[in-house]
Amino acid sequence: MTVTKLHIETTINGEPREFLCDSHETLLSALRNGLGLTGTKEGCATGDCGACSILLDGRLVPACLVLAPEAQGRAVTTIEGLSSGDALHPLQQKFLEHAALQCGVCTPGFIVAAKALLDAKPNPSEDETRYWLAGNLCRCTGYDKIIRAVLDAASEMKESAI
Amino acid sequence: MNGMLAIRYETPQSVGEAVRLMAADPDARVLAGGTDLLVQFRAGVRQPSAFVDVKRIPELMSITIDGQGLRLGAATAAAVIGEHVELRTLWPGLVEAVQLIGSTQIQGRGSVGGNLCNASPAADTTCALIVNRADCVIAGPGGERTVPVEEFCIAPGRTVLQRGELLIALRLPRPAARTSDAYLRLIPRSEMDIAVVGAAVSVTLDANGVCRSARVAIGAVAPTALLVPEAAKALVGSSLDAASLKRAAEAASTAARPIGDKRGTAGYRRTVAGVLTRRAAAIAAGRARRK
Repeated sequence: MTVTKLHIETTINGEPREFLCDSHETLLSALRNGLGLTGTKEGCATGDCGACSILLDGRLVPACLVLAPEAQGRAVTTIEGLSSGDALHPLQQKFLEHAALQCGVCTPGFIVAAKALLDAKPNPSEDETRYWLAGNLCRCTGYDKIIRAVLDAASEMKESAI
Repeated sequence: MNGMLAIRYETPQSVGEAVRLMAADPDARVLAGGTDLLVQFRAGVRQPSAFVDVKRIPELMSITIDGQGLRLGAATAAAVIGEHVELRTLWPGLVEAVQLIGSTQIQGRGSVGGNLCNASPAADTTCALIVNRADCVIAGPGGERTVPVEEFCIAPGRTVLQRGELLIALRLPRPAARTSDAYLRLIPRSEMDIAVVGAAVSVTLDANGVCRSARVAIGAVAPTALLVPEAAKALVGSSLDAASLKRAAEAASTAARPIGDKRGTAGYRRTVAGVLTRRAAAIAAGRARRK
């Protein structure tokens, strides 16, 4: 029996994109292997670690628990869509300034999840930030620097919005 | 991929189409948020012949509240439920149970219908649905039928769903005046874990603050979540004072028939079922008094 690939038309980081995938392939796999968008990382592949966080129609989801064909007609945002050309997103800049990463595998997931937080709540408290990011695991930093980077980005984005 | 059968991916646009797909193929599985199904698929626990993605069916993705109550589309994501202000106001205990499930990312995918159909005895939403008298709306080849939520799960991982059937919505009657609910669970950490014990309580007070009706349900202490009428009986007619809360706690502990495992011994679970019942009743009472 021939395994036929599905043809999917979607929007990724604002651009119309097409790709071929297996019906049971994850969106994570399609992004990384089909589309070459390797910024989104695979950690646990069971929805526990947050490394593959993306936005699907603006909603924060783990790309490892989304089937690739589900992206048909949807809008996907990955870490590659956050910077504008060479200009880093404030979250990316603050992660650098606060040294909020070491090995970097969890970082794209943290930044995408933090973007979803700031989209929903531009001025989160430290508690809200820690709870929101509880599904993103980091084995290097001990989290404090990440939280500080997110809160600093929030206050800077608020200032620049005024 | 040689020799591997292609798994189909289906996107029915209507309940009728979904029923036909499910009825035609006993190995097809409904895909809602995928937070259980895709993990089980990856682990080799389930090998469906088709994923029937029901998220393009409007009735499964909508929240309607009217004079009758709530109709919650079975595949509505937890995050959408948490953002619904009226739902949070009318059923705070249900919403707190929904919001306890997994991380922000999981909340973006997981649904109440999926939580129920996975039929874990520790599912957080089940107890909260039970105390709120939820009915499961099931569509199948013979049309629609409703089943009280406390009868929906029949064993760990098993529900009353027959071939060709799928859960399409939960229906909750609108709470009477001075009615509120609460859900508590015990986990060994502050976030992101599976309940060792869960307890939900709903109470209705009269104008004098006397409890006129109550529902108590406990989870993770039996093969399915349990409705505990004896615990409710201890609350009805009382002002929800310490003595009646203690009697409800004892009734919940007595009704619990837990296993002991690495997450907690049977005796510990039995004790905690009582403690959480007492505390959830106190929280529900406080909320009902403010209504």
